[in-house]
Amino acid sequence: MAANLPTQAQVQGGIGVTEPHTTHDEHALHDDHHHDQHWLFKYVFSTDHKVIAKQFLITGIFWAILGGTLSSLFRLQLGWPESTMEWLTPVLGKWVEAGKLNPEFYLALVTMHGTIMVFFVLTAGLSGTFSNFLIPLQVGARDMASGFMNMLSYWFFFISGLIMFISIFLETGPAAAGWTIYPPLSALPQAIPGSGLGMTLWLVSMALFIVSQLLGGVNYITTVINLRTRGMSMSKLPLTIWAFFLTAVLGLLSFPVLFSAALLLIFDRSFGTSFFLSDIYIAGQALPNVGGSPILFQHLFWFLGHPEVYIVIMPAMGMVSEILATNARKPIFGYRAMIGSLLGISLLSFVVWAHHMFITGMNPFLGSVFMFLTLIIAVPSAVKTFNWLATLWRGNIRFTTAMLFSIGFVSLFISGGLTGIILGNAALDIQMHNTYFVVAHFHLVMGSSAFFGLFAGVYHWFPKMFGRMMDEKLGYIHFWLTFIGVYLVFLPMHYVGIAGFPRRYYAWTGFDMFSQFADLNKFISIAAILAFFAQFVFVFNFFYSIFRGRRATENPWRSTTLEWTTPIVPGHGNWPGEIPAVYRWPYDYSKPGAEEDFIPQNVPYSKTTSSNLPYENENE
Amino acid sequence: MTTLGVLLVLVLLLVVFGLLFRLQILTSIFSGSSAREFGTSNRVNAVLMLVFLVVGGAAFAWSFGDNFNKMNPPIASVHGHATERMFWITMIIIGIVFVLTQILLFVYSYKYQHKEGQRAYFFPHNNKIEIIWTIIPAIVMAALVFAGWKEWTRITGPAPKDAVVLEVMGKQFNWLVRYPGRDLKLGVVNYRLIDATNEFGFDLSDKSGLDDFVPSEIHIPKGHPVLLKIRSRDVLHAVYMPHFRVQMYAVPGMPTKFWFTPTKTTDEMRAQLGNPKFDYELACNQICGRGHFAMKYKIIVDEPDDYVAWFSQQKSFSEQNPDVLASFKQKEEKLVVKKAAAVIETPAAKASL
Repeated sequence: MAANLPTQAQVQGGIGVTEPHTTHDEHALHDDHHHDQHWLFKYVFSTDHKVIAKQFLITGIFWAILGGTLSSLFRLQLGWPESTMEWLTPVLGKWVEAGKLNPEFYLALVTMHGTIMVFFVLTAGLSGTFSNFLIPLQVGARDMASGFMNMLSYWFFFISGLIMFISIFLETGPAAAGWTIYPPLSALPQAIPGSGLGMTLWLVSMALFIVSQLLGGVNYITTVINLRTRGMSMSKLPLTIWAFFLTAVLGLLSFPVLFSAALLLIFDRSFGTSFFLSDIYIAGQALPNVGGSPILFQHLFWFLGHPEVYIVIMPAMGMVSEILATNARKPIFGYRAMIGSLLGISLLSFVVWAHHMFITGMNPFLGSVFMFLTLIIAVPSAVKTFNWLATLWRGNIRFTTAMLFSIGFVSLFISGGLTGIILGNAALDIQMHNTYFVVAHFHLVMGSSAFFGLFAGVYHWFPKMFGRMMDEKLGYIHFWLTFIGVYLVFLPMHYVGIAGFPRRYYAWTGFDMFSQFADLNKFISIAAILAFFAQFVFVFNFFYSIFRGRRATENPWRSTTLEWTTPIVPGHGNWPGEIPAVYRWPYDYSKPGAEEDFIPQNVPYSKTTSSNLPYENENE
Repeated sequence: MTTLGVLLVLVLLLVVFGLLFRLQILTSIFSGSSAREFGTSNRVNAVLMLVFLVVGGAAFAWSFGDNFNKMNPPIASVHGHATERMFWITMIIIGIVFVLTQILLFVYSYKYQHKEGQRAYFFPHNNKIEIIWTIIPAIVMAALVFAGWKEWTRITGPAPKDAVVLEVMGKQFNWLVRYPGRDLKLGVVNYRLIDATNEFGFDLSDKSGLDDFVPSEIHIPKGHPVLLKIRSRDVLHAVYMPHFRVQMYAVPGMPTKFWFTPTKTTDEMRAQLGNPKFDYELACNQICGRGHFAMKYKIIVDEPDDYVAWFSQQKSFSEQNPDVLASFKQKEEKLVVKKAAAVIETPAAKASL
């Protein structure tokens, strides 16, 4: 069977060749092969980047539904802390004790919700899907640099997810120390039962997840650097590719640090070392560990953890830039400034991590430095926002579902991003740290925004993925319900946060100072659960449209980038003939003098003499 | 049985929705609207953008005003007034940006919706504009950083020498508090000495610990700087006192600190709020396990005279727990005997060499 698989050399026209174009003959040879692939290698252990992308997407949807379900469960608890949860016993079993949710299980719920959403949905599901799908198609490559490593990347992710999934059903429960798994809580099973086998599985799962990320990241970077088609210089790349490229660089440089943190924590847990433990008396016993520092773990964790939020949001930024330009029928405003701000964000994202730790007892001078660097990062983010607004200005806007979600993204990114200016200020963080203000902030700016980017991407590239269109009307319903729902959940949450309500609280009823917002919390819970149910409109639309959706045309959005020059459903190798060469930047929309309101990247200037700008005539 | 009924209803509802959906697709195919690139839906969505801005904006403004009083915990510390002011100034600045950008976003979406025969304006870049909207946020950020940095260094700077010192220790799942007693020195503690009675791990062979006392609520004097020495004996906790705008992690193995000056006594705050039951509260704000949400401790701000009176009434830990003290005395005596023995044995040991 393996003999029938096209080798990488055939697909790419040779690894390491700087001009990665297969000749027509070579490719015809390869075409004969892939029709008689065994289904197992075509759909399961596929090395085709498009299939792998779909695998990431569908796995991501599964995890998103699970993550959303968990959040609905804990919102029930927060909205109605006094009422009985007896009716959940058939699902939760022993975690409902005498009609009440077990407080440790509550912590497990928030921990797993965070872990699943941040890593499995918004990292793997978002960047895994679209980096895989779009990088080869948009740079003009037949596949990733290494299809085999790419396949491994998915399967490491799959096994990692499987282990995490199993951990949910353990007798002692899954990890419950928060998604940031700060030791000593995460290191000591005596402190919380979730830190027993559940935590071990969390760490193993995360280690495998990091392997998956690195395999994917190396591939993305190599592909973008080496496998661009003729004429596709870095300054002609669509912003999506710039975003995926820099995301992969961030991941490659920061995930290994999380790996080291996980490894040291495994050592502390299992082999008696004291990297993060010192002076602990717990469960009637003084532990022998001396000299470790829990704060060291936080430094290691956030050295990944902060770039991680940009790993989550940058692919969404890239896709939104692309979709806004396409549907406003206007070039993205300030293409170079957009790349520059992505570079700025990438660079700065490595030196802001300790703003999560202002009040951990870290030296206050360090706090000053990180406050300075953190507030600087607001500048490139502001530039991006203004450029998106300028892109809409005097456009000719088509409200596809993808466009709606992109506009929604910009709105949410503004709303959530601005409060970062408060939290990045160390003096203000004293009060706001770990309150619902933080929860509201990051759910808007990286949670919901990234989800909106994900949805925009799915609606926009669905025709290229499956050769069919998603239903627009259902898409509109999905968008408006979600958009309104997200604001109803997270805007009032700021009020709760300003009032100082701490996060990860099972109930606030014990404190007089946290007693005033019972109604508002009920309201947030209702909105959250309704917004969650609205997502099933999407799930239905997605799976229905794969099989029964309206058939797509080759370029349904009249877009300029290379993926729309492939057949309606591109096969392994993407282009049946030669890979098109690229002559122009990706945003020639509504160019004065041109016949159509878009000129694809593969149209030479010699064919568009009526619309060429003075310097473009000489470029040929 | 009822569950089955509910499930059946849900399934039937889904079937009905499915049929409606199918019907809608078929009608749109027959009416030809599915073939048109721009149906009425483009206009509807554009209008909805505007409706969302107006209705959403109004709802936000109303709910913010409605909840404003509830969301501001009363302030009772000197630095709290400063950070509160900075918080709301920053909120106003970002609020202006928020309103402007959201208005532009939704108004542009509405105004520049697709129109037949219209073409978008080809406007790929303009360096002057880019420079302007890079520099303006940079200046605003610089101002905010500077203000924040000044306040932050003031708050985290060294505590005044005459500050009242007390130690707050977090454990699963309550707080323990210790005052230095008359000598104003906290005695030596060792986590290996902790047990059910000696919860702090007092090492009473250290004389300065003999007068340390462990009250059941925190008392602090109004108008006087207070230095909290913070530690934890098991996992991470965080000392969080919203009324004083105080928060600091409690870290096992790494003592931390935070100082502040309370400005209102408990009685004054009760009168101000019209709530005779009001008390300042200390909460835990770093996930620490099952009882994380219930680590409450009462704080009472006294007039300085009342504070002195309260302080002088407290009985020290060693006085209240004579057995613990006795056990340390025994140990010490044994140590003395051993030392004496060692002195005697040494010449013999040397001789044997």
